[in-house]
Amino acid sequence: MAHGPAQGITRWLYTTNHKDIGTLYLWFSFAMFLLGGFFAMVIRAELFEPGMQIVKPEFFNQMTTMHGLVMVFGAIMPVFVGLANWQIPMMIGAPDMALPRMNNLSFWILPFAFALMASTLFMEGGGPNFGWTFYAPLSTTYAPDSVNYFIFAVHILGASSIMGSINIIATVLNMRAPGMTMMKMPLFVWTWLITAFLLVAVMPVLAGAVTMMLMDINFGTSFFDAAGGGDPVLFQHVFWFFGHPEVYIIILPAFGVISQIIPTFSRKPLFGYSSMVYATAAIAFLSFIVWAHHMFTVGMPLAGELYFMYATLLIAVPTGVKVFNWITTMFRGSLTFETPMLFAIAVVVLFTLGGFTGLMLAIAPADIQYHDSYFVVAHFHYVMVAGAVFAATGAVYYWLPKWCGRMYDETLGKTQFWISFIGFNITFFPQHFLGLAGMPRRYADYALQFADWNMVSSIGAFIYGASQLLFLFIVVQAIRNGRPVSEPKTWEGAEGLEWTLPTPVPYHTFTTPPEVR
Amino acid sequence: MLSRAKPLVMRLLGTVLLLPLASIVCAEEGSFWDGLNMPRGVTSVSRQVYDLHMAVFWICVVIGVVVFGVMFYSMYAHRKSKGAKASNFHESTAVEIAWTVVPTLILLVMAFPATTALLDLYDTSEADMDIKITAYQWKWQYEYMGEGVSFMSELSTPESAIYNSTPKSEFYLQEVSEPLVLPVGKKIRFLITAKDVLHAWWVPAFAVKRDAIPGFINETWTRIDEPGVYRGECAELCGKGHAFMPIVVNAVPEPEYNAWLAEKKTAMAAERELASKQFGLDDLMVKGEEAYNRSCAACHMGNGEGIAGVFPALKGSPVALGAIEQHLDVVINGTAGTAMQAFGGQLSEVDLAAIITYERNAWGNNTGDVVQPVDVLKFKQGREK
Amino acid sequence: MAGSPVRKTSLWLVLGGVAMFAFAVFVMPPLYDVFCELTGIGGKTAGRYEEQTVAAVDTERTVLVQFVATNNGSMPWEFAPLEYSVRVHPGESRAVKFYARNPTSRDMVAQAVPNVTPNNAAQYLNKTECFCFNQQPLLAGEEANMPLVFFIDPKLPESVTTITLSYTLFDITERVANSVARLN
Repeated sequence: MAHGPAQGITRWLYTTNHKDIGTLYLWFSFAMFLLGGFFAMVIRAELFEPGMQIVKPEFFNQMTTMHGLVMVFGAIMPVFVGLANWQIPMMIGAPDMALPRMNNLSFWILPFAFALMASTLFMEGGGPNFGWTFYAPLSTTYAPDSVNYFIFAVHILGASSIMGSINIIATVLNMRAPGMTMMKMPLFVWTWLITAFLLVAVMPVLAGAVTMMLMDINFGTSFFDAAGGGDPVLFQHVFWFFGHPEVYIIILPAFGVISQIIPTFSRKPLFGYSSMVYATAAIAFLSFIVWAHHMFTVGMPLAGELYFMYATLLIAVPTGVKVFNWITTMFRGSLTFETPMLFAIAVVVLFTLGGFTGLMLAIAPADIQYHDSYFVVAHFHYVMVAGAVFAATGAVYYWLPKWCGRMYDETLGKTQFWISFIGFNITFFPQHFLGLAGMPRRYADYALQFADWNMVSSIGAFIYGASQLLFLFIVVQAIRNGRPVSEPKTWEGAEGLEWTLPTPVPYHTFTTPPEVR
Repeated sequence: MLSRAKPLVMRLLGTVLLLPLASIVCAEEGSFWDGLNMPRGVTSVSRQVYDLHMAVFWICVVIGVVVFGVMFYSMYAHRKSKGAKASNFHESTAVEIAWTVVPTLILLVMAFPATTALLDLYDTSEADMDIKITAYQWKWQYEYMGEGVSFMSELSTPESAIYNSTPKSEFYLQEVSEPLVLPVGKKIRFLITAKDVLHAWWVPAFAVKRDAIPGFINETWTRIDEPGVYRGECAELCGKGHAFMPIVVNAVPEPEYNAWLAEKKTAMAAERELASKQFGLDDLMVKGEEAYNRSCAACHMGNGEGIAGVFPALKGSPVALGAIEQHLDVVINGTAGTAMQAFGGQLSEVDLAAIITYERNAWGNNTGDVVQPVDVLKFKQGREK
Repeated sequence: MAGSPVRKTSLWLVLGGVAMFAFAVFVMPPLYDVFCELTGIGGKTAGRYEEQTVAAVDTERTVLVQFVATNNGSMPWEFAPLEYSVRVHPGESRAVKFYARNPTSRDMVAQAVPNVTPNNAAQYLNKTECFCFNQQPLLAGEEANMPLVFFIDPKLPESVTTITLSYTLFDITERVANSVARLN
């Protein structure tokens, strides 16, 4: 037991090893990614042509809701927790996470939460159909009966996230190898540390929001019901007080990944390390004071609109600093373009495009036109998919050879990148046009002038969806039959403690702390 | 399917080839940009918003060209395969300060016109007329305040077109039973609220989008410059009919508007007159089917079977087959705590009578009952004390 | 492995999480209400105006006050203001009435929820008497003229010329019955 993993299913059920738990998180998030992707395919297939062909509008709404919930809470958040579990102890020279048993618990309640949430689709009246933002009173007075299970599932996954974050903070603050000062930590560790603080701060707010919903639905309170003196707009304030930091929770670890990959393949240290750390902290701070920019059409007073517009514009500054630093890191480097680097560059380009549309959305008067249209859908998919999902995919290509001592097929990897990249842009770029031309989001059916671009978008979505199956194939093939690699540094330009370990990394690492100079 | 394939390919090719060119040449013309860009609209606010949108767009394009230019240059010039050796610089406080300050200045430049536009949008000077917009699941009610004119505006696209058994008309899903008629050149204030869940009233050509919130009242305004028919949508998820509650505004010159208003008042009076008339079963069934499909079918479905677990079936239901009194009560007064609205205030006596008659005789509910508008009227007034 | 520094960090974080939960449930809603009352966000009006000092009437200015009545959800009552709008001078007290009738065969209880637009006028609309302060029970078939007495604070911003006071009528019959049942 001391030297290797237990055998069979109990290894995975009872494991407290950060690498095993990381693996569990990664596979779970990929499964959820496929499930959420399947929901997306249903959505795009229905929107392929005007008219209702495949599903009914009420089921369509359940699809958009579940797609959002599964992707945000089931795919993107856990994939970065998985990467954190694998990488953080190795990057800071710790033998494992600080709270290994809690680590096991925080993973194993997740599948339960999502099984519960997915099962609501089969209940009478259907699953959640009120959008992933579940605005009251559609999600309270007018919700299907299954909403109570949805609330319970959100509580569980919130608890899981909070436990995961506490573990990460406790690990980073207490388990660093001697000499690994805060300002020597790799940026991936820094971004995760800040993300974890964000999670501890706002996941309880989400829990609070659903708790208030639960009380309104079942116990006669009226937090969000005007009849009893409540206010549906309060729900939006509480939700976005959670929701805006949430989008940075999703993107900051992705920034961390990019800050690891770009220097490696530029063979040059990251430009402006300390300003990157400060920029991350600044983004995290700003994320708490801009929430109502999601609510510009709700009827806020002028002063409120002005304040939230100015504050939101400010976020562009630290975000810009990050992009400039990545590009300067590449500048006068010695660049090669292996698959992880391709994904990292795509993140820089496409995330910045998403940032530009974000800037446009921040302009409150213009947001009157963009709000709740497909322009917003395009915007946040550029940030969430081309930002977070591309970064996570790149991270898997980047670290997989280190983890299992086998190389993925580079040609197939590059092919998968290009199919993803092209498929993604065919899917989401036309959605800018749709939104500007006046197509609202969450529409089960649309007017004829939107037909062309919807068809293009659907075709792109099928291409992008197929590229994920190729990704699964590449990873499985690499793990089973990939070319064995054994040198500690998989990549010529890689720097950091994890690359001093043998390849593949042993089950237990840094049982005696390394010396960091 | 085939008929649309060709223009799709053409438009795609056209977009790819012409986009850079067109964006420079036709930016002001708008012909090519139609369907790609935000409409300029027909109000001063919408034009301001459009200009702001384009200004920020071009600023982003310029920043993008510069930033990605540098990146693509180094991807080309500093690649290892060309023998590039990595330098080791990794810090410069001066550069960091520069790219903190410069973006801040650019943001200030953007914030200034945005603030001006926002101030205009919040103009609270007295309006020439007020329209109260009440959002329902899934239709709009327009009330010309102080005029005593009010009506429902519902999707008029038939269910058969949505489910592809009949062809789709030109304004598929953008056509309504009765459009909102407004005069041009007048300051019109919209008072927006909702009956049930959140909705949002959006007409892109006016740059008006405002949430409708139950229990709360929101205001916004517009002044339309050009006569025309303008189409919009509900922009806040409101349940299964979210995509099926369009907005149509018919903007007409003032004299025409006044004539329409007078005519509308006469028509409403005539409809009240009709309530005392007797109708035959066949007549009521025809009227009933039409009114049912407009006002009831969204939930109870065209075939009267409802949706299991959400909306009850009417086919063979105890209400439709039971006492007429109870049936009247449910339709006119609604059912508390459910999605069943009180239709007494929404529909005319004739429509109510026709719908109830239809529900009692359609889909094999062959009760043979005939409910007259007078019965509805009596029921409504019945409990005077 | 979980030495005392780890335990200490974790404990602080758990406390922080619990505090944020408490903040969301117990602090944010009342804080939002206070914020609304101070700034008029959401157009919510205050309760009964209790001050005894009467502001001087500003006859130089006239403000148009409109009344809007809406039934929420499946509320079947007839509900409408007797006058659609009035013009008042700031400081001048004015009484108006809203008509309501319960057309059903059930005894019902309603709650009217007031709301004002533009938002920045809400805190200047003072109600000395309003049916919305109490629940409104009407027996089956009963009707009532419900009173509202208000005046506008002369400090109302110059830019505001029209104030719309909206009442939305909610059916709270079941809610009242439930809370009575709970008390028993």
